[in-house]
Amino acid sequence: MRFVFRTSYAQDLTLFTDTVQRNWYIALLLALVALPKLAPAYLVDISLVLIYGLCGLSLMALAGYTGLVSLGHAAFLGIGAYAHVYFTQDLGLPWIASVALATALTAATGVLVGLPALRMTGVYLTIATLAFALIIQEVFARWDRVTHGLKGRPVDKPVIFGISFANDVAFYFLCLAFLIGGLWLTRNLLRSPTGRAWVAIRDSEIAAQSMGVNLAAYKTMAFSYSAALMGLAGALFAHKIGFLAPDIFSVLLSIQFLLMVVVGGLGSLHGALFGAVFVALLPVMISQARDSVPAWVGAIVSILGKGASDAAFGATDRFVKQPGLEPGIFGLILVLFILFEPLGIYGRWVKLRVYFSTFPLYKASTFKRQRAYMRSERLR
Amino acid sequence: MEGSLDIVLQLVLNGLAVGCIYGLVALGFVLIYKATELVNFAQGDLMMLGAFTCYMFVVWYGIGYWVAFAAAVAVVGLFGALLDATVLRRVLGQPQFAVVMLTIGLGAMFRSFASIVWGTEIYTLPTPFSAHTSRIGGVSVSHEYVSIIVGTVVLCAVLYAFFTYTRVGVAMQAVSQNQLAAYYMGIPVKLMCSLIWAISAGVAAIAGVLLAPVSLVDINLGFIGLKAFAAAVLGGFGSIPGALVGGITIGLIELFSGTYLPAGFKDVAAYLVLLIVLAVRPQGIFGAVGRKKV
Amino acid sequence: MTFFKAEGLGVNFGGVRALDGVSFEVEPGQVFTIIGPNGAGKTTIFNLISRIYDPSQGRLVWNDEDITRVPAHEIAARGIARTFQNIELFEHATVLDNLLLGRHAHKRSRFFGELLFLPRVRVRELEHREAAEQIIDFLDLHAYRDRLIANLPYGVRKVVELARALCTRPKLLLLDEPSSGLSVEETEDMAFWIQDIRNLLHITVLMVEHDMSLVSAVSDRVLALNYGRAIAEGSAREVQEHPEVVKAYLGG
Repeated sequence: MRFVFRTSYAQDLTLFTDTVQRNWYIALLLALVALPKLAPAYLVDISLVLIYGLCGLSLMALAGYTGLVSLGHAAFLGIGAYAHVYFTQDLGLPWIASVALATALTAATGVLVGLPALRMTGVYLTIATLAFALIIQEVFARWDRVTHGLKGRPVDKPVIFGISFANDVAFYFLCLAFLIGGLWLTRNLLRSPTGRAWVAIRDSEIAAQSMGVNLAAYKTMAFSYSAALMGLAGALFAHKIGFLAPDIFSVLLSIQFLLMVVVGGLGSLHGALFGAVFVALLPVMISQARDSVPAWVGAIVSILGKGASDAAFGATDRFVKQPGLEPGIFGLILVLFILFEPLGIYGRWVKLRVYFSTFPLYKASTFKRQRAYMRSERLR
Repeated sequence: MEGSLDIVLQLVLNGLAVGCIYGLVALGFVLIYKATELVNFAQGDLMMLGAFTCYMFVVWYGIGYWVAFAAAVAVVGLFGALLDATVLRRVLGQPQFAVVMLTIGLGAMFRSFASIVWGTEIYTLPTPFSAHTSRIGGVSVSHEYVSIIVGTVVLCAVLYAFFTYTRVGVAMQAVSQNQLAAYYMGIPVKLMCSLIWAISAGVAAIAGVLLAPVSLVDINLGFIGLKAFAAAVLGGFGSIPGALVGGITIGLIELFSGTYLPAGFKDVAAYLVLLIVLAVRPQGIFGAVGRKKV
Repeated sequence: MTFFKAEGLGVNFGGVRALDGVSFEVEPGQVFTIIGPNGAGKTTIFNLISRIYDPSQGRLVWNDEDITRVPAHEIAARGIARTFQNIELFEHATVLDNLLLGRHAHKRSRFFGELLFLPRVRVRELEHREAAEQIIDFLDLHAYRDRLIANLPYGVRKVVELARALCTRPKLLLLDEPSSGLSVEETEDMAFWIQDIRNLLHITVLMVEHDMSLVSAVSDRVLALNYGRAIAEGSAREVQEHPEVVKAYLGG
């Protein structure tokens, strides 16, 4: 059982609680840097994980910390993506300037969404963001000059200061750098007055106001910052998928981002990253399972003889090859997490860590919350 | 002049019919919201299940339309109650957002289930009203549309009476405002919730069956639920007559904007209305604003 | 100079007249208590001062400034802090985070400075922490500093609520039923703390209270309300013996 000795207030402000934790993270960073050498086959998937990590951070800051749940964040991703592609390919701006401008533009859109959102609470806000996303998707489809409408538009590989980042490895490091930057910025906000104000808004708006928190300003800041991160992710996302079309930025993508935040564990940055890993790698795992599960089932049933084994193989194979299965699996996992592990993957991770660090004194009731009764949120 | 009046009347009729569907789905939202303060994002998918179940009874098992209709509503209603008893009861007390995510996940599962059992093609549901139209003046009145409007009005009247004049209805409102107090008052809260879900699922099934002849039966039927949000919000999320009024308004706005506004507005008209209502008057037409007493 | 004055406050909630022509004045360094039966409008006065509600008539004057229409979030910066009758703490944060939030009114950093966590932001954070720790010392909250509010018992939460209000360094502190839900020992502690707040921290206290022993022990001046109207004002003893007040509490 490790005990952290606190000797100064400054120690509580540091990014890592102590040198042991810092060393673990440095080891993780080294592993990530060495990844192209260790597991080059997974590089492309991990790049997507990194980009989704940025998306997860964005939504965690808004939904997890400020309590403003948005079902329309794919719209911000799309705005960042299309804007960046327009600035680099149509206007010929240098890459860094284009990304900065796309991020700023998405942040401005975040402000526009945030302003009417000030008057909405709870699920009304969620529905409003959903409506916003559907409208933006229609705009993407109709604004031919910028987005090329339903035809879609291809995206060139990034070229920064004349150096091409078309190489998978180079792009991977670019995404890694941006994710680490985003993590640092978000962590800074969360350990300063702005982050505390956001948490206050989530837990009790009236008390926050009485302590001097300007609700309108902070909610708008939350939307704007969240949109900015999404815009940044959008620029990278555009390069990653290589081809932009309006139906990519759909409600289903927004739901996947929310899933990331819920499954990862609300209220922690780790949760955002765990969730990103989960959501980005799940389709990969599903398609691999599609190939291997029928074979396993056939092997297990072969105890009953070859005929039964073939039949089982065939039935399972037909079942898993169904096209409509994937959203069902996403839905099932989401439901199971909310029912049985509301603290998400990060919550489970913390429980595991506490189990091992306090072994054999671990009590399951450490994390049990008191039975809650529903109270009306309409009168918040 | 005569011609444009006919066009307007035609649009009004079609808008009314479409609006009634939105209103029915919105009604389902409002019912569940009134009782449990949850927004059921799977409402549209329950509608889809209702349509498919009726189709299955009629086409696969050869049962008559009206019997199949009733059976489909009963089956889906029972399913809704079971859903509440097994899944939703466990998440009571969790933040609203978690339950919203739960219903979204359930909706995805329903769509998957439907695509596995019934396949991904588009089906037609044969009804006694199919392909029958009358002409009144210059307006062609499709019997399917009339069935939608009549069915909706009847259902709304029945439900309004139920909630205003019966003890069960008032008990449901108590459950929605403070569950713990409702328990103390001897209200069987769990039973109330399951009953509400059964009614709401049944209403969704009715909407699905009524809509099926018009928009055909396929797994994406549920996305109408998104537009029904606009109807529920416009009418005021806690108000039953509001759901219907909101639905009809959205239906009319949609059809008129499709004819008189540039292309693309028809698809987003409902969402624009939603945003405007939420920005200007969040409680909708009939809703009431509450404020926490500190 | 007017320290704090309420003139002719009136509030309508639909058809209910919650407050009707209530006027009083608070002198600096006083403990001013408002008493009255339930529903008399005491917390409504606090909600008017915190600017959660708007008054239908009347005005509020603080430091010679009319604050009747000031936005709610600007009250803390003007030196008025409050606690809530039903505790409004931030459930999923630690005690320390709650107290640091109390320092929000003294925030000097801007968004972009915080984004990059510039050195001056770090210095300000350490100052805020110092200030919060002083309040923790004052109210003996050392043991609870890193505990989540959701895990704390009711009595401790009330103290944390008081601590958070003190962190805003107010000149006027509004305490809404500070002893409700507290045991006898905890109420005695609260009485001592209120006296310390007045004598050591030089903060004026405006209090709503039901517990008459606490009222008699600490109050300099008492105002009695009934059905939204002021019925008596004076020292604790004068008000408690006033026939109108006796009638309001005991009926008849």
